[in-house]
Amino acid sequence: MPATQSRINDFVIKIATVNGTGSASANGLLMKALFRMGIPVTGKNLFPSNIQGLPTWYEVRANRDGYISRSGRVDVMVAMNAQTYERDMREVTPGGFLIYDSTWPRRAVEVREDITVLGVPLAAMCNERFKASRVRILMKNIAYVGVLSALMGIDRSILQALLEETFATKPKLVESNLEAIDIGYQYALENFTCPLPVRAQTMGDNAGKILIDGNAAAALGCLYAGATVGAWYPITPSTSLMDAFKGYCQQFRRDPENGRNNYCIVQAEDELAAAGIVLGASWCGARAFTPTSGPGISLMSEFIGFAYYAEIPSVFFDVQRVGPSTGMPTRTQQCDILLCAYASHGDTRHPLLLPSDPAECFEMAVHAFDMAERLQTPIFVLSDLDVGMNDWMIPELAWDDSYRPDRGKVLGPADLDELEKFYRYLDRDGDGIPYRTYPGEDARGAYFVRGSGHNRFGGYTEDGEEYRDVLDRLLVKWDTARGLVPEPVLQAAAEKTSVGLIAFGSSDGAVTEALDELAEEGIDVDYLRIRGFPFNSEVQAFLDGHETVFVVEQNRDAQMRSLLLMETQACSTKLIPILHYNGMPIPSDCVVQGVASNLGNRKKEAAA
Amino acid sequence: MTFIAKPRVELPNEPVNAIGLRLRDYEGVGSTLCAGCGHDSITAAIIQAFWELSLRPERVIKLSGIGCSSKTPAYFISGAHGFNSVHGRMPSVATGALAANRDLVCIGVSGDGDSLSIGFGQFGHAVRRNLNMLYIIENNGVYGLTKGQFSASADPGSKAKRGEVNQMQCIDAAETAIALGGAFAARSFSGDREQLVPLIKAGISHPGCAVLDVVSPCVTFNDHEGSTKSYAYTREHYAPAVQTDYIPRAEQITAEYEEGQTLPVTMHDGSTLLLRKVDAEYDPTDRSAVLRYLEAHRSRGEVVTGLLFINEDLPEMHEIAGTRQGALTALPFETLNPGSAALAELQRRMR
Ligand SMILES: Cc1ncc(C[n+]2csc(CCOP(=O)(O)OP(=O)(O)O)c2C)c(N)n1
Ligand code: SF4
Ligand SMILES: [Mg+2]
Repeated sequence: MPATQSRINDFVIKIATVNGTGSASANGLLMKALFRMGIPVTGKNLFPSNIQGLPTWYEVRANRDGYISRSGRVDVMVAMNAQTYERDMREVTPGGFLIYDSTWPRRAVEVREDITVLGVPLAAMCNERFKASRVRILMKNIAYVGVLSALMGIDRSILQALLEETFATKPKLVESNLEAIDIGYQYALENFTCPLPVRAQTMGDNAGKILIDGNAAAALGCLYAGATVGAWYPITPSTSLMDAFKGYCQQFRRDPENGRNNYCIVQAEDELAAAGIVLGASWCGARAFTPTSGPGISLMSEFIGFAYYAEIPSVFFDVQRVGPSTGMPTRTQQCDILLCAYASHGDTRHPLLLPSDPAECFEMAVHAFDMAERLQTPIFVLSDLDVGMNDWMIPELAWDDSYRPDRGKVLGPADLDELEKFYRYLDRDGDGIPYRTYPGEDARGAYFVRGSGHNRFGGYTEDGEEYRDVLDRLLVKWDTARGLVPEPVLQAAAEKTSVGLIAFGSSDGAVTEALDELAEEGIDVDYLRIRGFPFNSEVQAFLDGHETVFVVEQNRDAQMRSLLLMETQACSTKLIPILHYNGMPIPSDCVVQGVASNLGNRKKEAAA
Repeated sequence: MTFIAKPRVELPNEPVNAIGLRLRDYEGVGSTLCAGCGHDSITAAIIQAFWELSLRPERVIKLSGIGCSSKTPAYFISGAHGFNSVHGRMPSVATGALAANRDLVCIGVSGDGDSLSIGFGQFGHAVRRNLNMLYIIENNGVYGLTKGQFSASADPGSKAKRGEVNQMQCIDAAETAIALGGAFAARSFSGDREQLVPLIKAGISHPGCAVLDVVSPCVTFNDHEGSTKSYAYTREHYAPAVQTDYIPRAEQITAEYEEGQTLPVTMHDGSTLLLRKVDAEYDPTDRSAVLRYLEAHRSRGEVVTGLLFINEDLPEMHEIAGTRQGALTALPFETLNPGSAALAELQRRMR
């Protein structure tokens, strides 16, 4: 047996299955069990753009120090998919373990001496125990959880408790699932030395923490912000955001007396229409939003420019996926930064909020509505597939019951009484933000929304000066926006350093882990996590305060770096891109290597 | 250029409607369309109809896409909020507006280019959703604002001003609405105010998507010999199938009508439509018969007008969705927000 380091509460389990076989519930069970043992965990779903029959993987990383990014290692591979067996075997880290279904002969020609291969006749055992073919397939998946439970010290009683909670109303299912667990569990106990050196050990109970994906958290944010109108057109990876919103609305937004909906969700004919619906609803005074992904933003662009120019609050969630074009719909990227920042023709620019985990998806969703209504402009919440669809462990979401939405500058009939005459686009407060009225309230507040040239009174114009007057005021408003976007988060290195690093969104986990590793090697780096656009003075100060600033992002063209160059005073030689764009979540070694190799090269250059 | 303010001349003894407003209270800014443009006549009919309906201006929202036709909401009901959206996308904005506040009275004005080409999808889906609005298509067979290119409603054989003959099939807005399962489809002519005004009222009363296709000649680009959307051609081939009398809720039906010749339709808001059949065989409630009739007459080059099809019972968007009565915007935040305790409870299942 190859030598294996003991790895307690620090490992990666990867499960290779075929999509459409119901492995999700088995994987969820595994992840939750580790979570309940108090070990920090994250789960990443690597799935195809397909409904049934293609390979899919699920990676669970358990790490006692709380590192959450994708790690390059695989300590235990559960190879349930004969199709990908060889490739899966190759991926196992030396000293690691490979578990496979030994019911059928392996196709492998390759042999690996540096890993331990454990065969379990899962299908044979489940076929013997269960009758229906669909049940057999499902139970085979649950059975590998049993195998892992024995091999890796995953508490069987927790598994049982989880099954009892999940199937509270279906005791029969609890029984059959437990039976499947025991099939795997017993086999492993009888045939292998349990537990393995790679294993879990209870270290608490993760009290105060939850497991949630970013789309569900963003949906909760919309619910709590008081959004009543949602419009959408299905697109991965944003679909689950609207699914979750609908679910929460059914739970919390039904009139207790008559069962009627205190919300309206419209599945539009396309994203153009979804954007139009959001604008129409916001114009009438509802909080409205649309979740989409890159292709949807492309289609919505005309309306986005309209909302910018006609000053209509609107909230867009772009759960980014790999582009260009249809790209790889089920893979992650941060590739719509520039698209969203400047969406639509003409001089347009839009605030962006950049959540790095589901907790921020929740907070920023709420903030997006406040900002949209305060600024009367489109706001983009840019998450990505990794944040949106994967399971993250975060502190429990908290809600402040004293929160009241910021509806911005709205005049009602009583306010209109005080006015000689209402004009839509006057900047009365010097912050670039005009006053609006809601349709349906008062004829004195009536105005005509138009995307064509208009003057400060809201009248149609083709007069160059009148046009410029409005366009320039929008820049004043842009400056106001600077003070409303979430502040960046600074993580200063232990030692004073001239090296800085900027990252955002889902790269955060990889960056934090990488910086700890670099610090151990004596490389100190200050880290600024940008959480919004337009950039405020702190971003400028960070750029000014460092000689070298790495910009880490998940796209090919260093879009955030370009945005920094366009929107700050930074010079291009200072900003060094570190890029990752193969569609997988960024791993920490990408950042370590990017920083170390560049700084190493500089030392060489200096020495030569 | 700025918008043109109409001179306000006080006229003594101007008639007022049931809520004390004068006809001119339903006007907007002065039109900048070409003199004689059919669209201006439709605007006048809209003003007349809304005045007669005694609707409070602030209850109304008026939306449009882009085109000469889509400019017209600025020319009526200045006390209503207006939304001149982007080309072909008025229906989605109307959907959102009504999603937020279903108590609003919604009129959308579009063109044949706006609704049958770039916005064909949105037009179709407003019908499919049965959005509670009056959807007027001011149909001139051309793109007026971009200087006279054929639109999708141009008839095969119709001649452009420069002599080019359209060879593609025509998309008929009213027939399309019926074929899509629409609940209300009507056609009229900008030159027939008497027919148009009650149709507008009927469309407003109708609780769903009322499509009103109005032939509206473009005097500048499509009013010549050889055009099938000119004033002359339309008058010559004008074939009303039904005439509509609109009788408001409070009024008694006094007119005598002959069984079989006249069909009374009671609207959900209590008003009544009296459909007087010009053609005795016409049945505006029989979808397949209507389509057959329209096709037969179309092949003869006739412009069949009137309330062509009506089904008062199709559920509109909110009924289908199960939305509360009353505007969502009227709900206080406290009703919408489940509060911290609910959030804590919800999260117990996330571990
Ligand atoms: C996206 C986009 N494409 C093209 C145009 C140019 N355009 C403006 S109006 C119009 C056609 C309008 O035709 P119709 O709806 O029939 O209105 P009409 O002027 O005939 O009343 C076009 C193509 C535009 N405004 N937007
Ligand atoms: S170009 Fe045609 S449609 Fe446009 S305003 Fe003139 S007459 Fe009317
Ligand atoms: Mg036209």
